[in-house]
Amino acid sequence: MTNLDAKIPEGPIAEKWTNHKNKINVVNPANKRAIDVIVVGTGLAGGSAAASLAELGYNVKAFCFQDSPRRAHSIAAQGGINAAKNYQNDGDSTYRLFYDTVKGGDYRSREANVYRLAEVSANIIDQCVAQGVPFARDYGGLLDNRSFGGVLVSRTFYAKGQTGQQLLLGAYSAMSRQIGKGKIKMYNRHEMLDLVKIDGKARGIIARDLVTGQIERHSAHAVVICSGGYGNVFFLSTNAMGSNATAAWKIHKKGAFFANPCYTQIHPTCIPRSGEHQSKLTLMSESLRNDGRIWVPKHLKDVEAIRSGKMKPTQLKEEDRDYYLERRYPAFGNLVPRDVASRAAKERCDAGFGVNATGEAVYLDFSAAFMRYGKEKANVEGIENASEAEIRKLGQGVIEAKYGNLFQMYEKIVDQNPYETPMMIYPAVHYTMGGVWVDYNLMTTVPGCYCLGEANFSDHGANRLGASALMQGLADGYFVLPYTIGDYLANDIRTGPISIDSPEFLEAEKEVKDRLSKLINNKGVHSVDYFHKKLGKVMWDKVGMARNEKGLKEAITEIREIREQFWKEVRVPGSLNEFNQELEKAERVGDFLELGELFAMDALQRTESCGGHFREESMTEEGEALRDDKNFAFVAAWEYKGDPKDAVLHKEALEFKDIELKQRSYK
Amino acid sequence: MSTHEGMTSIVRKFLMALSGFFLLIFLLQHCAINFLSVISPDMFNSVSHFMGTNPLIQFAMQPILAFGVFFHIIMGVILNKMNDAARPIKYAMNKPAENSSWMSRNMVITGIMILLFLGLHFYDFWIPELNVKYIQGDMSGLLDPTFAESGLRYHEELVHKFHNPIRTSIYILAFVFLSLHLLHGFQSAFQSAGFRHSKYTPMIKKLGNLYGIIVPAGFVFIAIYHFING
Amino acid sequence: MDLILKIWRQKNKEAKGELKTYEVKGVSPDSSFLEMLDVLNDDLVNKGDEPVAFDHDCREGICGMCSLYINGEAHGPDRAITTCQLHMRKFKDGDTIYIEPWRAAAFPVVKDLVVDRSAFDRIMAAGGFVSVNTSGNTQDANALPIPKDDADKAFDAATCIGCGACVASCKNASAMLFVSAKVSQLALLPQGRVEAERRAIHMVEQMDHEGFGNCTNTGACEVECPKGISLENIARLNREYLSAAIKAE
Repeated sequence: MTNLDAKIPEGPIAEKWTNHKNKINVVNPANKRAIDVIVVGTGLAGGSAAASLAELGYNVKAFCFQDSPRRAHSIAAQGGINAAKNYQNDGDSTYRLFYDTVKGGDYRSREANVYRLAEVSANIIDQCVAQGVPFARDYGGLLDNRSFGGVLVSRTFYAKGQTGQQLLLGAYSAMSRQIGKGKIKMYNRHEMLDLVKIDGKARGIIARDLVTGQIERHSAHAVVICSGGYGNVFFLSTNAMGSNATAAWKIHKKGAFFANPCYTQIHPTCIPRSGEHQSKLTLMSESLRNDGRIWVPKHLKDVEAIRSGKMKPTQLKEEDRDYYLERRYPAFGNLVPRDVASRAAKERCDAGFGVNATGEAVYLDFSAAFMRYGKEKANVEGIENASEAEIRKLGQGVIEAKYGNLFQMYEKIVDQNPYETPMMIYPAVHYTMGGVWVDYNLMTTVPGCYCLGEANFSDHGANRLGASALMQGLADGYFVLPYTIGDYLANDIRTGPISIDSPEFLEAEKEVKDRLSKLINNKGVHSVDYFHKKLGKVMWDKVGMARNEKGLKEAITEIREIREQFWKEVRVPGSLNEFNQELEKAERVGDFLELGELFAMDALQRTESCGGHFREESMTEEGEALRDDKNFAFVAAWEYKGDPKDAVLHKEALEFKDIELKQRSYK
Repeated sequence: MSTHEGMTSIVRKFLMALSGFFLLIFLLQHCAINFLSVISPDMFNSVSHFMGTNPLIQFAMQPILAFGVFFHIIMGVILNKMNDAARPIKYAMNKPAENSSWMSRNMVITGIMILLFLGLHFYDFWIPELNVKYIQGDMSGLLDPTFAESGLRYHEELVHKFHNPIRTSIYILAFVFLSLHLLHGFQSAFQSAGFRHSKYTPMIKKLGNLYGIIVPAGFVFIAIYHFING
Repeated sequence: MDLILKIWRQKNKEAKGELKTYEVKGVSPDSSFLEMLDVLNDDLVNKGDEPVAFDHDCREGICGMCSLYINGEAHGPDRAITTCQLHMRKFKDGDTIYIEPWRAAAFPVVKDLVVDRSAFDRIMAAGGFVSVNTSGNTQDANALPIPKDDADKAFDAATCIGCGACVASCKNASAMLFVSAKVSQLALLPQGRVEAERRAIHMVEQMDHEGFGNCTNTGACEVECPKGISLENIARLNREYLSAAIKAE
C-alpha cells in the first residue's frame, strides 16, 4: 500500500483554487491550435469540457456511442442543480454548500475538491443562463429556487422536472457551435475500446465505428474520459440501457486507479419491477417525498389480502398501516436521506411486507396531502362547508400542478391512477459515487488521461446529495478541466502531431480486434443479456443495499464463475464489420463482469458502513449505519494487475481540516 | 430573401400564403358579384359591365389575378413534388387520419380539381368574353350590339349556361372541392404568414370554417338557383 | 399476449429492405413495447438468427433515441409518449403490429429500424446556440429579469427531445417543428434574442439543404410530438425568418 498524492494546493481552503489557477502553466493561444484533445462521452461533463476546450482553441475530437451528443444520460436528471447563489437570502454560502456536501457524502470525500465545487457552483448558473437555459422563474422575472434532499436552504435551480435535459442541451448547443466552426470533430456512434499509452502518457484511443464496425485509431495530446457511472453493473438501474463502464474500465486496465467502486446510490423512489421482462427502472423525483407518506400494512394477513387483490390499499384502516419512516425517524420522517429511506424499504420488504406481486414495493400515499392542500385551497377560495370529496378534489388539483407529469408517467407505466390509489415505489440503483481516481487537477494516475463527472470518484464521498450530480459534471467540464489541462499540455507544445502508426497504436488496435473476434467467434449458447441478468442478480442480492462478509465473498466467487462462463458460452450473432448491437453489449458486459468483482472486493475490505455502503456488521444499536473514521477515512484506489482478484489497494488518506467529523443522525 | 439554392422553404410557403390571401379576397368579391345575379339582374349586369370594361380592372387587376392564380398553382405543384421527394420510401402501414385532417393532406388533389374546373370555367366565360371584347372588338356589353335597347348581355349569358344539368353538376362538385381546399387553406395561410396566437387563432379557425363553407355554398346556391329558374 | 409482428429488416444503408413477419408469444401486457422487442430479440439470438436492430437508450422518454413507426403512427398509438413509454396493454392479444423505421430522405436507414438523424445535429451546428464562450465572468444570472411567461414558453419549446417524430409523421417529412422549437426557445430569451435573426436564417437554410420537405401546416407533428411542442413555434419561426429575410442584406 502506498499513499497517493492528490496534489492538493497549499493554503487555506478558500484560497486553494484561486492560488492554484494563478500558479499553474498556461498554453498560449497560438500553441493551443497545435494541440489535440480527445473527449470521450458527451454528457454534462464531456459536453461542457469539449465545448470549453474548443473555445480556448484546442482541437477537440469528441466521441459518443449514441447517435447524437444530445442523448447522453445526463438528460434524464429531473430535480435540479445546486448553486450557492444565496438568492433566497436564507444564509447560503460557498461554505455551507461545501459543508452540506461533505456531510451528505458521509465524510468520505476530498475537502479541497468539494470546496472548489461549491466555489464554482455560482458560475455555472450564470453560464447556463447566458447560454439560454430556461430555468424556472418567478413573476418578478428572477430565478426560482426549491429546496432539496434534507438541506436547510433553498439553493436548487430547476427547469420543471427536466433540469438535466435543459442543462445538457445547453452544453450540446455550445458543442454544436464549435462543431459548426470545425473546432470539435464529432464522432457519433463510436465507442472507445482502449486507451493508447506512449512513453507512459495517454496519447490516443482505439474506437469502433458502431455503424460500419471499423476499428479506428485516434491520437491526441491528452484524453479526457467523461463516460458516466457504472450503475448498469446491476443490470436493472435507472441508468440508460447503453450506459456503460467500458471507457472507464479500459483506462483502469491501462493504469488508472479505480476508487471506491462500492459506493453506489440506491434511490428510494423508483417505480417497482413488474416482472421478468423488465429492462430498466424508472426514477420518480425525490421531491414526491415532500408530500407523500410511505407505508406498508402492519399485519401480514393484510399484505396477503392486498397482493391477492381481495383488498384495496385504500380500504386498510389507518391503525393497520405502518408508516415506518415516521415511526423510526420522527425528526426527518419521510424526508430522511436517500440511503436511509432505501434501506428502510428493503427492511420491510425483506420482512415480507412488500405490497405487490414481486414483494418488492411499498406505498407512497398522497391522500393526506390531498386533504391538507384541499382544505387550504377551500379556505383561499372561500368555499364554506366543503364536503370531503370536494376537498379531496381541490387537493388533487394542487398536487397535479406540482407533480402532474410524474403522476402521469406513473400511470402510463403501472396502469394505476395514483390520484385514486397510493403509488408503489421501491429503491433502485441510481448513481455511482465511486469511479476513476483523479487528483485535484482531475488527472488520473495515467499522465495526460483525465476523468470528469460521474466517471470519476471525487466529490460526493460515499453518498451524493440531490441536485449535486449536475453541478459536479458542469463544474468539472466548464470551470475546472479547461484550466488544469493547460498545466499538463504546456509541456506538449513542441510535441507536434502524434502518429497513429506507432507500435503502441498498432498493438492496442490488435488487442481490441482480437477480443472482438473472440466474442463473435465464440458461438456459445446464451445471449449477452443472460449473463448480464445473472450478474445483476448477484450484485443486487449480495452487493446491494445491505452487505455482509459472507455474501460478499460468495458474490466474488459467483461473479468470477459467471465471467468464466461468459467467455465460454456467450453467443454474439452477426459479424464484426457491421452495425451489431449484440456485440456492443457483449463488450460492455465483459467489462461489467470484471468491475463487479472489484466492486465486491472493495465492499468487502470496507468493513465500516458509510453513506451508500452499508455493512451489516457495522451498525448502531438502532440498526443505523456506523462509520469507522479511525480505520476507514481514506479513498480506496485499486490498481489493476491483470485480474480483478489481484488488484492492489492504494489509500489516499482523507484529512478533514475544515469540517469536524460527526455521526449522521436523522432521528 | 433567397439562398444559393433558390428560395428557402419558408419563403415558398409564405408566397403560397400571400397568393392564397389574394385569391381569398378575389373569391369573396366574385361570390358577392355573382350573388347580385340572384337579387337583381340589372345590378349584376351593370357591375359585370364595369368589371369587364374598366381599364384598371382589365389591365391591372386581371393580369395580377392571372399571375396570382398561375403562381399559386405552379408553386403548389412544385412544393408537392419536393415534398414527395422528401419521403422516397413510403410507409407500408400509415394512419395519417389519426393526426391530421383529410383536407390538410390533400391540398394538391383539391387544388388540381379546382384547376380542372377552371378550364371549364374559362371555356364557359372567360374565353368567350375575350373573344367578344378583344377579337370582335365589341366593348358595348350589349346583347345585340347594333341595338342599344337590347340591354346588357351578362345575366342572360350566365343564366343560359346553367340550363345544362351536367354543367351545373360539375360546377357544384367543383365548389365542394373548393370548400375542402378553403377549409384548410384559409387558416393555413395565416399560420404560414406567422399569425398565430392562443387569443386569435381559434377565431381565425372559426372564420376559416365559415368562409370555407359559406363562399362555396353561395356559389352552389347561385348555380342551383339559375338551374331551377332558368 | 401472442402477437404477429411485421418488421422492416434492412442489412445496411445500401441494401434493399423488406417487411418480415415474426411471432412473439407470452408477452406481458405490463411490459413496454421495447421490452417486447427484447423478448423477440432474445428468441432470435437463441435460434441463431440476427436480432432486430432498433435505437433506444434511456427508456424513460427523455433521451429521444427511440423511434419506430408503429401501426402507422410515430411512437405508436398512444399520445404524449415515446416508444419506450408505450406499453403492451395498448394492444390486444392476437394483434398484428407493423413496425417500420422513420421514413425520410434526410433520415437514411442505418440498419433495420435504426435511422441516421445526424441532419438534426447539422441544423443545430448551423445556428442552434447562443454565441457565448465559457467564462467565469458572465453577468450574474439574475442581472436580466425575464418575464415568467416568456421563460415558460421558452421552456416549453426547449423540451424538444430531437427524436424526429415530427419528421416521421409529417406527410412532407418536414423538420419545421424541430427547427422552430430551438429558434423559438432562444428567440424568446433576451440572451438568445441578439442573434435571433441570423440563427433563423442559418438553421432554415441548413434544414432545406438536408432535404426535409416543406411545411404545409397539416399539424400532424404537433399531435405526434411526445413532448407536445406547439405549432405556435412554427408560426414564430415563420415570423422570425421572414422579418430576418427582409432585413438581410
